[in-house]
Amino acid sequence: MGMSDPTPEGRFGDFGGCYVPETLVPACQELDRAFRAAWADAPFRRRLDDLLRDYAGRPSPLTDCPRLSDELGLRLLLKREDLNHTGSHKINNVLGQALLAERMGKTRLVAETGAGQHGVATATAAALLGMECAVYMGEVDVSRQELNVFRMRLLGAEVHAVTTGSRTLKDAINEALRDWVATVAQTHYCLGSVMGPHPYPWMVREFHRVIGSESNRQCAELLGGDPDVVVACVGGGSNAAGIFSGFADGDAELVGVEPAGGAAVGRGAPGVVHGSLSYLMQDEFGQVLEAESISAGLDYPGVGPEHAHLARTGRARYENVTDGEVLAAFELLSRTEGIIPALEPAHGLAWISRERRALAGRTVLLNLSGRGDKDVDLVMGLQA
Amino acid sequence: MPYITGGLEGWQAAIEAAADAGADAVEVGIPFSDPVIDGPTVQEAGDRALGAGATPASILSAAAALDVGVPLVVMTYYNIAHHMGHERFARSLATAGISGAILADLPLEESGPWAAAADEAGVETVLLAAPTASDERLEAICGRARGFVYAVGLLGVTGERAALAASALIISGRLKAITDLPVLVGVGVSTPDQAAEATTVADGVVVGSAVVRRLLEGEGPEGVGSFVADLRRALDESRS
Repeated sequence: MGMSDPTPEGRFGDFGGCYVPETLVPACQELDRAFRAAWADAPFRRRLDDLLRDYAGRPSPLTDCPRLSDELGLRLLLKREDLNHTGSHKINNVLGQALLAERMGKTRLVAETGAGQHGVATATAAALLGMECAVYMGEVDVSRQELNVFRMRLLGAEVHAVTTGSRTLKDAINEALRDWVATVAQTHYCLGSVMGPHPYPWMVREFHRVIGSESNRQCAELLGGDPDVVVACVGGGSNAAGIFSGFADGDAELVGVEPAGGAAVGRGAPGVVHGSLSYLMQDEFGQVLEAESISAGLDYPGVGPEHAHLARTGRARYENVTDGEVLAAFELLSRTEGIIPALEPAHGLAWISRERRALAGRTVLLNLSGRGDKDVDLVMGLQA
Repeated sequence: MPYITGGLEGWQAAIEAAADAGADAVEVGIPFSDPVIDGPTVQEAGDRALGAGATPASILSAAAALDVGVPLVVMTYYNIAHHMGHERFARSLATAGISGAILADLPLEESGPWAAAADEAGVETVLLAAPTASDERLEAICGRARGFVYAVGLLGVTGERAALAASALIISGRLKAITDLPVLVGVGVSTPDQAAEATTVADGVVVGSAVVRRLLEGEGPEGVGSFVADLRRALDESRS
């Protein structure tokens, strides 16, 4: 029981599907056909692999952490997605989607972004391929991630501050979808996580599978087998889906860590928003609740449908941590290993640190999905 | 068919005024937190209604108390129905005297379980048909639609436009050629002149943002009534 392909209708067990306004259905169907064809096409795969190697800097290293491991009483390994070009795992998916969009004859990319990492990655790919790019970002996130806004503009993207609803990631997705409805003929929606309507949850996982495949091979070399536990933070869940895909067929425990204020699996119920049926934080009438997290990248009330399926079948489990625990983990990794993590993967480390007794003596692989440069300013402000 | 956001201040009186002014039916919005096909006007109306405490149940029970002599059709997003449960939501619409339902993010392929529950309860499942659809897709949509087919007039979100999009006439014509159901065109139909132009091909129009804006700007039910009367007159004149 691993992570297999969804049904042709885009179902992972009971979850997934394609719940979009009628205008977008043909675009989703076209994308499904185009992705299937490209993914089976050796020259397309080769071009993507070349870009991942020569442009993004893959493979990313697997780093042993002796000092922090000593402190925690376990063996901690980090998959260093923070060392990719643009500073996070997001580039894997974006390069794949941008090449696909080009192949489909689209000339414009539109994207949502929370922390700005996906927006920066999309703006980067657009610059690389000479495409137009528009990024929607909640007004709250624009002010807490100023540097990334500047980066995107430097890369030639238009950044639109979204002032509706909670003014965070959820509303940025609404606005990106509205843009796509109006511009679907020439625009590809470069969705940043394993969520949304079919084929996105599946396609984005496949573009991030490289994280899991590399990790599996690196662990085999270093450990002679799989680690005991694989940990990743989960907002929509793309970095988790990527690394889990390399171990889902084995025996390693898979743990997704959500923010306490955005724990869709932990506190949600099945519901439909942004194109798929999954766990969703909602009120008693089905109105979607606003998430609240220190991490703009995980500030989302839903989760990808495959994670809902992995949770329901028990193949992965989902825990949550508080903002306070995350900040402590952010400092812990900086101090003990000289690696400043993004606040998102600091969620994973926060859980490992809290559960250190239960994990004593075990080998734990954490997907370090991004670097912390973008968060230093925010954390500095909190300490002042 | 004017669209009025349920739960917005004065909405019940606005429905009565619209019916008195000659609306053939009224579309009642049940606001949702994440209305992805709605533009700023309908978003604002939904936010205000939700902020004032509107719920699906409160809107439906208030709608049940209306006696306007024309059909009421509900428009909302799928999670509202999913969360309440298909059968329960369908029954609650029927109990409130609602004739049909439009679920804006429930396309044909996903509509099976809901449409079955709606059929069972005697509620018509209205489907949207957009300019992006192939001929085969339009056939399939018309085959499953009940009541009428809602032609999406343009590529974009709901909202007023300076002119009627050419796509509104094209999609209406494509649908008229393949179905006996009434074809109502909406999204981007904002003025009496545009309504008259649209009905040179379509059987009717849905006018949303232009109606809701009048409520948001404080024109009240009287403002809605006089605007609907203008629409009625334009449609009648263009047909005579």
